[in-house]
Formats: sequence, C-alpha cells, structure tokens
Amino acid sequence: MTASIATNQTILVVGGGIAGMTAALEAAECGKQVILAEKTPTLGGRTSLLYRYFPKMCHPTCGLEINLKRLRGNPNVRVMTLTEVAAVSGTRGDYTVTLKIKPRYVNESCTACGDCGKAVSAEIANPANYGLDKIKAAYLPHGMAYPQRYVIDPSIAGTPDGEAAKAACKFGAVDLGMQEETVELKVGSVVWATGWRPYDAAKIQPYGYDRIPNVITSLEFERLADVRGPTGGKLLRPSDGKEAKNIAFIQCAGSRDENHLRHCSRICCMASLKQTQYVREACGDEGKSTVYYIDIRAIDRFEDFYANVYKDPTVSFVKSKVARIAVNEANGNPILHGVNTEGYQRYATEHDLVVLAVGMEPEVTGVKLPDDLVLDSSNFIEGSKSGGMFGAGSAASPLDVNRAVQSATAASLKAIQVIHKTASTEASAS
Amino acid sequence: MNTTSAPATPKHAAYICSGCGIGDTLDVAGLEKVAKTEGKMAVIKTHPFLCNAEGVQMIRDDIANDGVTHVCIAACSRRAKAEAFQFDGIALSRANLREGVIWVVAEGSDHDEVRQEMAEDYVRMGCAEVKKMTAPAGNVKETSSKKILVVGGGMSGMTAALAAADAGYEVVLVEKTGALGGFASNLYKRVPFNGPYAEPQPTGVEEMAAKVSGNGKIKVYLNSTVAETAGAPGRFAVKIAAESGSVTEELCGAVVQATGFTTYPLDKLPELGGGQANVVDQAGLEALAKAANGGAIKRADGKEVKSVVFVQCAGQRGTGGNGSGSHLEYCSGHCCATSIKQAMYFKGQNPDIDTVVMYSDLRVPGMGEDFYRSAQQKGVIFTKAKVTGVKGGDSCQVEFKDLILDEEVSTDADLVVLATGQVPNAGVNLDEWTATVTAAESGDEAAKGKKTELQKISVLNLNYRQGPDMPQFKYGFADSHFICFPYETRRTGIYAAGPTRRPMDMFQATEDAIGAAMKAIQAVENVEKGRAAHPRAWDLSFPKARLEGCTQCKRCTVECPFGAIDEDEKRFPLFNEERCRRCGTCMGACPVRVISFENYSCDTVGMQIKAVNVPDEFEEKPRILILACENDAYPALDMAGVQRMTYSAFVRAIPVRCLGSVNTIWITDALNSGYDGVMMMGCKKGDDYQCHFVKGSEMAYYRMSKIDDTLKQLGLEPERVQTHEIAITDNARVVKLINEYVEQLNEIGPSPMKGFG
Repeated sequence: MTASIATNQTILVVGGGIAGMTAALEAAECGKQVILAEKTPTLGGRTSLLYRYFPKMCHPTCGLEINLKRLRGNPNVRVMTLTEVAAVSGTRGDYTVTLKIKPRYVNESCTACGDCGKAVSAEIANPANYGLDKIKAAYLPHGMAYPQRYVIDPSIAGTPDGEAAKAACKFGAVDLGMQEETVELKVGSVVWATGWRPYDAAKIQPYGYDRIPNVITSLEFERLADVRGPTGGKLLRPSDGKEAKNIAFIQCAGSRDENHLRHCSRICCMASLKQTQYVREACGDEGKSTVYYIDIRAIDRFEDFYANVYKDPTVSFVKSKVARIAVNEANGNPILHGVNTEGYQRYATEHDLVVLAVGMEPEVTGVKLPDDLVLDSSNFIEGSKSGGMFGAGSAASPLDVNRAVQSATAASLKAIQVIHKTASTEASAS
Repeated sequence: MNTTSAPATPKHAAYICSGCGIGDTLDVAGLEKVAKTEGKMAVIKTHPFLCNAEGVQMIRDDIANDGVTHVCIAACSRRAKAEAFQFDGIALSRANLREGVIWVVAEGSDHDEVRQEMAEDYVRMGCAEVKKMTAPAGNVKETSSKKILVVGGGMSGMTAALAAADAGYEVVLVEKTGALGGFASNLYKRVPFNGPYAEPQPTGVEEMAAKVSGNGKIKVYLNSTVAETAGAPGRFAVKIAAESGSVTEELCGAVVQATGFTTYPLDKLPELGGGQANVVDQAGLEALAKAANGGAIKRADGKEVKSVVFVQCAGQRGTGGNGSGSHLEYCSGHCCATSIKQAMYFKGQNPDIDTVVMYSDLRVPGMGEDFYRSAQQKGVIFTKAKVTGVKGGDSCQVEFKDLILDEEVSTDADLVVLATGQVPNAGVNLDEWTATVTAAESGDEAAKGKKTELQKISVLNLNYRQGPDMPQFKYGFADSHFICFPYETRRTGIYAAGPTRRPMDMFQATEDAIGAAMKAIQAVENVEKGRAAHPRAWDLSFPKARLEGCTQCKRCTVECPFGAIDEDEKRFPLFNEERCRRCGTCMGACPVRVISFENYSCDTVGMQIKAVNVPDEFEEKPRILILACENDAYPALDMAGVQRMTYSAFVRAIPVRCLGSVNTIWITDALNSGYDGVMMMGCKKGDDYQCHFVKGSEMAYYRMSKIDDTLKQLGLEPERVQTHEIAITDNARVVKLINEYVEQLNEIGPSPMKGFG
C-alpha cells in the first residue's frame, strides 16, 4: 500500500454503508478519485442486515448488488476494509489522514471457496446476525460480502485452528503474519458516512432488555424475520424457541427522551409498521401486533403505508409510553404496564415477545473525532470548521435509507466542489 | 455514429479454471475438448488458479502477444472476481462452473454424469456467446454541453444552481415569475436548519437570490418558461420563452426540475372554515406575520390576534389527520414544524396569546424534537384532537374531539390556521397526455383543445414521443423512485428536486437540490465519455437498429421505459443514445429482431440457447432454460450456490439485463430445439415494483401473457413456460421452484419437439 496514489484531488469517504457507498460511487461516476474506508471486513453496513425496506417491502441486498456492480465496474474507487481513521490534520483541499488497517489474515488470493471455514472448529458470535447465532472463526461476513474474501477472526490467529485454516487453503491466501498497518494519505475532502448504531437498550432500565429474554431490539427482530437469519425467518423467541405470535412494538425506546436520546430517530415508526407485516408474513391472520406509540411519524408519502397497516386487523395501536415491563414467570411472557393516554386507561398486557424500536445514535458517539468536525447536541455531524469535511447519511442526521442516499449524494457534490476549487486555485497560482 | 476502430481479426480463447474444486469435481479435459471441437476456440488453456496475478497475466499475455480478442472465462460466476477479469477492448463471457455447477449439483458419483453435462453446456454457451459479442467502444461526444438547466427559481432551484456553479459548471436558471425566491420569499421566518433548534430563523432568501444573481456562472431568465426541450442529455436544445414574447435558445447538458408546489386550495375545505373570515392557511399566516414584522399579528380586519388555533393535517392524510378522506391522502411532512414555528411568532411577540396546536400525530423528526420542546417551553399548547368543524367569523369556533380526554368539545379563537398540504407542480400527467393525443389524432375536437391546454401547464415541454414532461407518480409527484436510488427518473439526465417530487420541508429541499445537481453533473460527465447513466454507468454499449429490417411497428418507441426512442421523419425509430439506460427493453419488444447491443443481442443469447446439448426423449434428461434477471434472480441463484443448496442439474441459466429485454424468439427457439420448459425469473412488478428499469419486468409479463397462443400452435402445454417474480433473497425459493418444476415436467413428459430442432 502506497500513500502516493492519493492527492489533494482525492476524496476520502469514511464508512462503507449505503451512504458511504453512495457518496463514493456518485463522485467516482463523475470521474473523481475516491478512497472508501470501511472499518468492518465488508461493505454494506447496517442496511445489509435489514430484512426488508419500507415502504415497498423490497430487500436491501438488491440495492447493495447494484452498488457493488457499479463499484466493480469503476476503477476510480479504492476500497479499504478493516480500516479506521486515526487522525486528520490540515485544511480544506489539503488534509492528511492517518488510517489504521487491521489484519484480515486473508490476502487477495482468496477465492471464497470456503475450505478454511470447513477446516476451523472454533466459533464466534455472528456479527451479521447481531450475535444471535454462531459462525466459524474463518468466515465470509455474509453472502453479499464485498470484497468477497474470507476473514480469519483475530481470536484464532496463532492457534492450531488458525494453522488449520492456513493448511486448508490451496491458494496461499491465509497469512497469519499480517500486522496492523498505519498509512498516511493526502486527500482534498472527507465525507463522514460513519452511520449509526442502536441505542444501548439495556440503559432503558424499566424495559428490562438486560433481564428479560423475550425483550429484543428492532434490529434483532430484523434478523429473526430474515430468511437468511439465525432462525430461517421464523419468529422464534429467545427464552424457549417458541414461535412468537403476539408481539408488542414499543416506539421511542430511547428516542425523544432527554434521559437517553433527545432527538427523534425518524425511522422507528416506519420500521415498526414494516415489522408488523413480518408478523403477518410469518403468522398470517393468527399473528397479533400491538404498537405502543407517542406519535406515529409516517411522514409524507409513507402515510399510505401507515394507512394500510392501520387497516390490518392483526395490528392495533395504543397511544402510550410503556412505563415498565414485568415477566410472567410461568410462561416467560413479558407484561407491559402503562396508561393508554387516549381515555386514560391503565393496562397490564401480556405478549409473547416485545420488540423495542431502539433509537439511532451516531456510530461515532464516544469516539475521538477530529476537532475540526462540528457536531450537534446528539453527536450528529453538521460539518467542519475548515469547510472541507461533510457528514452524510445517518452520520449527519437520523435518516431512513432513501434520505441517507439523498444526503450522501449531496455530500458527494460538496466534496467535489472542494477539490474543484482546490484545482482551480492551484491552476491560477501556477 | 459509432467511433469503434476497425475490428481486428477475431481470435477466440477459452480459459478454464480448475481451482475451487472445479478440477476435482469435473473432467476438465472433457471441458477443454468441448471448447475446442464445439466451441471452436482457437486458444484453450486451463489454469489451477485463474484469478490470481499469474492466471490473469497469462490471459493478458495472450491478448497482447497472440492477438486474442474474445475471451470466455470458464470459472466462477460473473459476479465473482469481476475486477480480476477485466480486459479493455476485449469481448468477455463467463461460464459459471462454480456457483452455477459444482456448488449446486448434489455431491457424489451418482451425479457425475449430469454435473459434467451441465458444465460442458455452460462451456458451449460461453463460447457461443462470446463469438457473437464485440467489445463496446463507447460513443465519445466531444461537442456535448455541460451546462445545467435549472427550472424553477425557489429555494430548491437556487440551491441547485449555486451547487452546480460552485462545482464549476455553467448554469441556466429559468423562473416564471419576475423574481427569485419562490414560495420561501413569502415567509416571515423559517424553521432552523441546525442547532440549537429553538427559534425561528431568517429565511435567507434575499441573500441567496443576490448570490445567484451575482454569480458569473449562472444566467438567470426571469418571467420566462421553457417552451421546448429537444434532444437528449449533453445536447438538450432548450427554448426559453420570455413573457415579452422573445425566445432564446440555450444548449444544455442536463436538467434539474425544481418547480415546487402550490398550497392546497383553502376554499376546498369549507368543513374546516376554508374561505370564511379569519380562517387562513399557513401561507396566509406568513403574510400576516410578515406584515406585523415582529409586532402584534393582526387579522385582515385589523384586530390583534389574542388567541389562535392551528389545525394540523387540514385536508391531508386521508381520514388519518383532520381530513375527511376527500382531499390529500398524503402527509406533507413540513406542516407540524411550520405550525410550531408560527405558534412561536405569537408567543415571541406576546407570551399571553393563547396558542393551541391541534394534531393527531405530531411529526417533527430528528432534531425537530428540540424545536417542539422549545415551543412547549414557550407555552404553546399541543392537543391531540380530531377537529370536526371550524366556523369562521369575528370569533371563530373550533369543534373537536379531544382524543386524550375522549370528549367532544369546542373552543373559540380570534384566528384559525389550517395546515394544508403541498400539491406538486409537476406538469403534465403523461397518461392523460397519451389518451388526449390518441383522441386528438382520431379527430376528436375537444381532445385537440385539451392537448393545447395540457401543453400550457407543461414544465419542460419535451418534444419526446412519450410526452412533454417526466412521468408522474402517485398523487402527481414527479418521477423518482428507488429507495436506494432516489434521484433516478425515467427521463435520463432530468432530475427532480424539492417538493415537486415529494412533499418536504425547506431544509430537505435544499439537500435534495444539491443531490439533484450532483446527478445532473454526473449525467453530463457520463455523456461526454459515451457511457450510460445509472444503473449501468460503466456501460459503453448502446442499442443499434438495423432499420432496413424494421416494420415500423412502434413497439420499441412505446415500450422504452425511458422515452429514449422517437420517430424520424420517415417514421422509423430514432434512438437517442444519451437517453438510453441499456436495459434492452426495445430489444425484447422488437418482433423482427433488428435491435441489438454490441455485447448483448438476440444472437448472444439465442446462440447460447442453441448451443446447449438437448438429449433425446429416451434419455429422460429434461432441459430447462432459465432466463434470469441479472440484478436479482441471478444473484439469488448464485447465492444458493454460495450456501451449497442443491438444485437440478437439468437447468441451464442465462442472465439477462432485465426481463424486459427477453425477446420471445428465445422462448420459441428453446421450445423448438426440444427444451422441456422455460423459467423466466424477473423482479417484482406493479406499484411496489423492484425492477431497476421500472417497467421491464412488467413488459415481460405482458408479452408472456400472449405466449399461450404460440404454445398452442406448437402443440405444447402452457406449463412449459413459467414466469416468476424473484427477489434477491429468494435463494431457497429459487431452489424449490426449480426442483418442483423438474418434477412437474416429469409428470407432463418430455417435449414432443425433441429431435425436430
């Protein structure tokens, strides 16, 4: 890896989710040189772990496939996985970035044939299913992983399992001697598409996420519903593997709450409305979804989706912020306590499973970012003091996929403006 | 037209990879023999690890030193190692032996024979395909215009213009009124765009308008409309008509349509007091606030407002808001924050003014929550209520059901503000246009008049055969569809921005405008390089028509999802390459098969179908052709392989650009050659379509609905052709569908056509 390829005409995009891929590809398809740095072993980000998108109920991997195809056809984007930004210095049009690259222990000779995975016995929690199941410690992150190369988990590097993986590879692709690398690059502009993470549900103590097995997050529910997930698309609840049919969705789990996230996370209402249709898909008329909400924020054309779900006889709505969750010890069912504010009725309602519509917080919360970046009170990136770094997608605001792509497309042009200005200034100076 | 240099003498080569278990599972020598004797390849080489540097170098050397021009790679799927197998100027096919054969055919020696037959067929197909291909060179346009036309001078339009100009592009901005600013210039203040989200902010419209007017790269036409847009991306000839009657022509490369919205008419809401005294909409309140300019807000009759009620979702959200179901079905997105802002106008001037917002769901996403909190701190009352009636007058009366207290109540107010919705200004509805034009052409006088009226409301006045504006979506918003690709429209190089494409607030509209400017810039850059636009931006191929064979049936012009094909003066199809997205729907539509791409044609697929070795009826080995959309169905088949699911070795899968590109000749050819069945696998159609070319899969269904007659003529059962909607996640489902189909065909029995092909 040489640093000389990048210049002040290069755009660095940090984060390889839907927003980062979009920002990188839009600029690259304009003829710009882009480095796309992703901290995990694969592109795709959080959207690739969703089962379906609202409102069309289509699959995120479809968009991922097209973006990967655009990427394969475009020599302007250099993808760097397992890479994080350690430091940024300099100014608009002339940044120096320090990147840390973790070892994959698998080099470019990998053909994804899978022989190393077969040879290894150690297992790790599967990051593609939020740890709900296990995979071999030599693994392809998921079916659509890009680059399509295996990863050896650091836990088996230097163990007999690691050696077994190496021995099994016919192509000399396993390299257990790989070390963490640090590279420095010159870039003209930086797009931060570092995305979001679910708010730590355990912090919402009355909901008992850390105590009650049948209280899960909306992201875990995505994996349960997914045919490629740990249960093959069956809604099996964690406590006893029983099929959950009567499911509660609790909105604003962490969001719109000054004790947790002060902002509204925007996507959760639509996500829960969408997930009620997973229950319908899995259980038909026998399913029952109850949405506990403050306001249903099905904004603009999404109103249609809400109107359709509202008509679904298996779905009901309770205007209430659930006060606490107890457990029926006999059957493991969570019992929701609260007051229905429409008419002030107290309730204590039992469900098979509770899904917390957890809020979005910036993935970089708690991470040391360059001082140059300007953050809002929830740590979303508003921009930069030097004017050459931009937030994109849900790093900039809690956004759904469509709006994240829109935001990333805009960020891409902002970055191009910077490098064009740099180029014209240099041209007029010379 | 094409700038392809004189082709070198073709030399065909096949490279077989024996890695990843291919060599262990298949008889590679047998594959080599097939490539030589049947594929007629001049060069045949096997490599144990073709995708590594050494393997790829071997191919490069043959290209450089041995004159190889056509390469068939028999290895993994075309979706794998695509970066390694990229050779400039070389025609390339991929025979999928890994994901398509050894990973999906059941293990064990029982299956050795059928597995080998499958692999040999894929080698035959790869060789047959590549021989019919030429490497597209692209049609570089040195004279194309990179100027961006922005239609509409409101916030979205001005933002798009500045964004493009700041990136170094020339901009032409056309605004129909006499001033820049649009709807935003009527506002007193705006909702904050960034922290601390506590107070209404100056709109900044005047500053922005001054910036636009003073920008040397932006040419502004006020009091003007677009009278005609002819041509295609890179060469739009735009006639700009001024109110004075003068017409100026500008050559532009791409278009941003930022034509905004109008407010839903107040007089359509009599049940909510629309049209009555002291009942205004949000725009009306802005006018009052602007007149007050920080002082006490006064009604039209001059009385100071001491109490105000905001009715949210007035005539919006069907019956979900305060609509009666007969107005707008959708939510306009911005109105909650707008009412909060307007309530602050009152509270900011006099905290004692009674300010109530009646809502059913308060929608202030993201940091809007802080703005909502700020209003609560200022004493704005928010009541969850369904407003059942408003009476205007000196003392307005609002009747409502308080949803929290569950009771019917009423309240008085000096002023009532109805939060009405945004109605897009998106020009002519093309369905209406087509119907009107058809009627007018058949001599209907009324239709002729209507056509003239429609032309008057057109925004772009495109001279496209398919009509003068962008296709519209539900509720009349301008085209833009994918979740993952929100800017893609069915008119290449034309991008909608702001509330004309989706209801939105001002902040979102500005972000949207920058994104649309980005896409417009990209469009002009791609045209210059002779490349397609999204989703095939890398694609240098474009459709060519052999017009001497054309029967002028017009199917290609009608069915092209992107309106890329017009008619020339002799009524032949006129392909506008820069508008084309390379889906091949025209190729699928053509009954006489005169349309083709350099690397994708009736022949490249047809010859693959014919290359397959179809056993006779006594061998009990049916052959099933799968035509799979390369975007979703083919990856699903691949993924089945990655997961080592097994399906029948009797199928032969061919990826197609879109199911819309499937020409029925392929089906009849397959059936005539003795295939027992054909499975077409495409994306979902209908309102929630997932087809990347919008209408491609729908067209395929339509065409296949007519294939029953053909089957009858051939004396075949209708079950022999099946069409399926396949999602990319359907790996398990495709396997099931294939295996069930094999069983079904076993029951029906072998095709009677075997042996006649």
